[in-house]
Amino acid sequence: MSNATTLFDKVWDAHVVRHIEDGPDVLFIDRHFIHEVTSPVAFLGLEQRGIPVMYPQRTFATADHNTPTMNQDQPVKDPLSANQLAALSSNAAKWGISLWALGSPKNGIVHVVGPENGITQPGMTIVCGDSHTSTHGAFGSIAFGIGTSEVEMVLSSQCIMQPKPKKMRITINGKLGKGVLPKDVALYMIAQITASGATGYFVEYAGEVFENMTMEGRMTVCNMSIEMGARGGMIAPDQTTFDYINGRDKAPKGADWDIALAYWKTLKTDDDAVFDKELHFDAVDIEPQITYGTNPGLGTGITNHIPKASEVKDGEASYKKSLAYMNFAEGEALLGKKIDYVFLGSCTNGRIEDFRAFASIVKGKKKADNITAWLVPGSHIVEEQIKSEGILDILNEAGFELRQPGCSACLAMNEDKIPAGKYAVSTSNRNFEGRQGPGARTLLASPYVAAAVAVTGVVTDPRDLIESV
Amino acid sequence: MAYDKFTILTSTAVPLPIENVDTDQIIPARFLKATERKGFGDNLFRDWRYNADDTPKQDFVLNNPIYSGKILVGGKNFGSGSSREHAAWAIYDYGFRCVISSFFADIFKGNSLNIGLLPVTVSEAFLDKIFRAIEADPKTEIEVNLPRQSVTILATGDTESFDINGYKKHNMMNGFDDIDYLQSMKQDINAFAEKSLY
Repeated sequence: MSNATTLFDKVWDAHVVRHIEDGPDVLFIDRHFIHEVTSPVAFLGLEQRGIPVMYPQRTFATADHNTPTMNQDQPVKDPLSANQLAALSSNAAKWGISLWALGSPKNGIVHVVGPENGITQPGMTIVCGDSHTSTHGAFGSIAFGIGTSEVEMVLSSQCIMQPKPKKMRITINGKLGKGVLPKDVALYMIAQITASGATGYFVEYAGEVFENMTMEGRMTVCNMSIEMGARGGMIAPDQTTFDYINGRDKAPKGADWDIALAYWKTLKTDDDAVFDKELHFDAVDIEPQITYGTNPGLGTGITNHIPKASEVKDGEASYKKSLAYMNFAEGEALLGKKIDYVFLGSCTNGRIEDFRAFASIVKGKKKADNITAWLVPGSHIVEEQIKSEGILDILNEAGFELRQPGCSACLAMNEDKIPAGKYAVSTSNRNFEGRQGPGARTLLASPYVAAAVAVTGVVTDPRDLIESV
Repeated sequence: MAYDKFTILTSTAVPLPIENVDTDQIIPARFLKATERKGFGDNLFRDWRYNADDTPKQDFVLNNPIYSGKILVGGKNFGSGSSREHAAWAIYDYGFRCVISSFFADIFKGNSLNIGLLPVTVSEAFLDKIFRAIEADPKTEIEVNLPRQSVTILATGDTESFDINGYKKHNMMNGFDDIDYLQSMKQDINAFAEKSLY
């Protein structure tokens, strides 16, 4: 019997405080991120039980889901949103938890600010009351979303009780083609295996495509793991990872860095380790993607037509309901469809690279008249980079404005709601019914596709606007 | 949170034969702004249940008086998407105690078990039988027996067993939760934390 283990096993097994027979593992959590929506009831629970926060220094709080993206210096208008933000601030203050509240120079979306400040590191266990916590797996950590009862569990004991998931590896070798971004890789995988194809699994992404990706790209891919049903996704840490972390605010320094680095270098899947499921795809088969339905699995190459109900893996009734909501017909072409809104942002594609990609296409062109564009950085640090790199000037010259950081139209808990019946091409992660506002119709795509749509007003293949690779 | 003990539930059921019911449909994001855990049942399936002017949509199953009961029967991949526990709270607050499907999203399943809402996974063939039985007679009673881990359509006697983790079963049957357990092992946790690299 081989002792070979996977990256996932290595990190998981190193965090088991107790294994319960016919029960879950008690897993120690290194970092806990909290935000204003899923934490207030957890704090209330602690109060009712009379239990303190066990390790406040391991929890990091940021305000993001509800925050406005304009006039952030003004009081928040919606009283319910203001109330949640106030609850986050008072709970953080009461328990001594560090908080990046609205207005803080480090404020931003939880899955953007964690990595960019060096809080997220390889080999950690990381949880947050948000399904896109899987983002942090890009660093070779085990990171997953939890519910509010579990937020209370982690606050009170720094542990969570979970059965160990099964393991899947998705390998993609080859070189990505012109105009193909990490978001396209994520949407392609989800379309291939459906929105539930990885349920019950933790996924490791392997192969040249991921090895050659930047950390921003890896975060985009891991972020979308939950959209194929996976608990999380992870990528083995390598020099790209170490270079990204080194020097960041909360990263280890000096001798601590050397100790950490030596450990991080051991975090990889052994050659003969066995996964419960292995999938292989070829980079050459991936073109720019776009979704047409109401779950992230209902997507295809941008030059394709919408499949017929008989061709899809989801149930026919659900598929027809989905197309009826979108007001699309089976067999229709996607290219040329008129779009009303473009949203660049979210924890999936609100990082600096996404703004660079968007700007590279709109540079020297003009925003289409029929498009309302909401460009929302993932954090204040990203916002500053957009300004200092001259990207803001390019955007302004092309007729775009930049908003302030937050989750924004991704889940429409703030004022940024796509109106009923309107079409939005969105770089966020979900196209569920009403996700971006009641009745809103969302097509998920990469920053390149979003930019191509923003300047043409219709679904456009970005490769037509990219002069050279 | 303490919740009702679950042993044997015999009830009529509400059918929702749609695949990939995501938690944004169960409770849309705009209703997540409370800081207390109450009243979410009013907005359960809000946008499928009500028109924009707040009048009930006649064709949605929760607005059809012939269907009622403490069991919700959903299609494959129930509860996908957002980790919001509010989805499980809304289903529980509305009055359901059990959801039956052929396939649950992981986080939703975990959230449900943590609040006393029993997620029961049956085969696709058995799920079809349940849907057909309810369609034929909305008064069809279903018995969900947690001690025996079985689901039975009482009128036909059709039955199937379901899996549940032994620890979670014990908790559900006694109304315990994980926090009670974790509080009892603080010494072990402290010892573990002390040797942590991070």
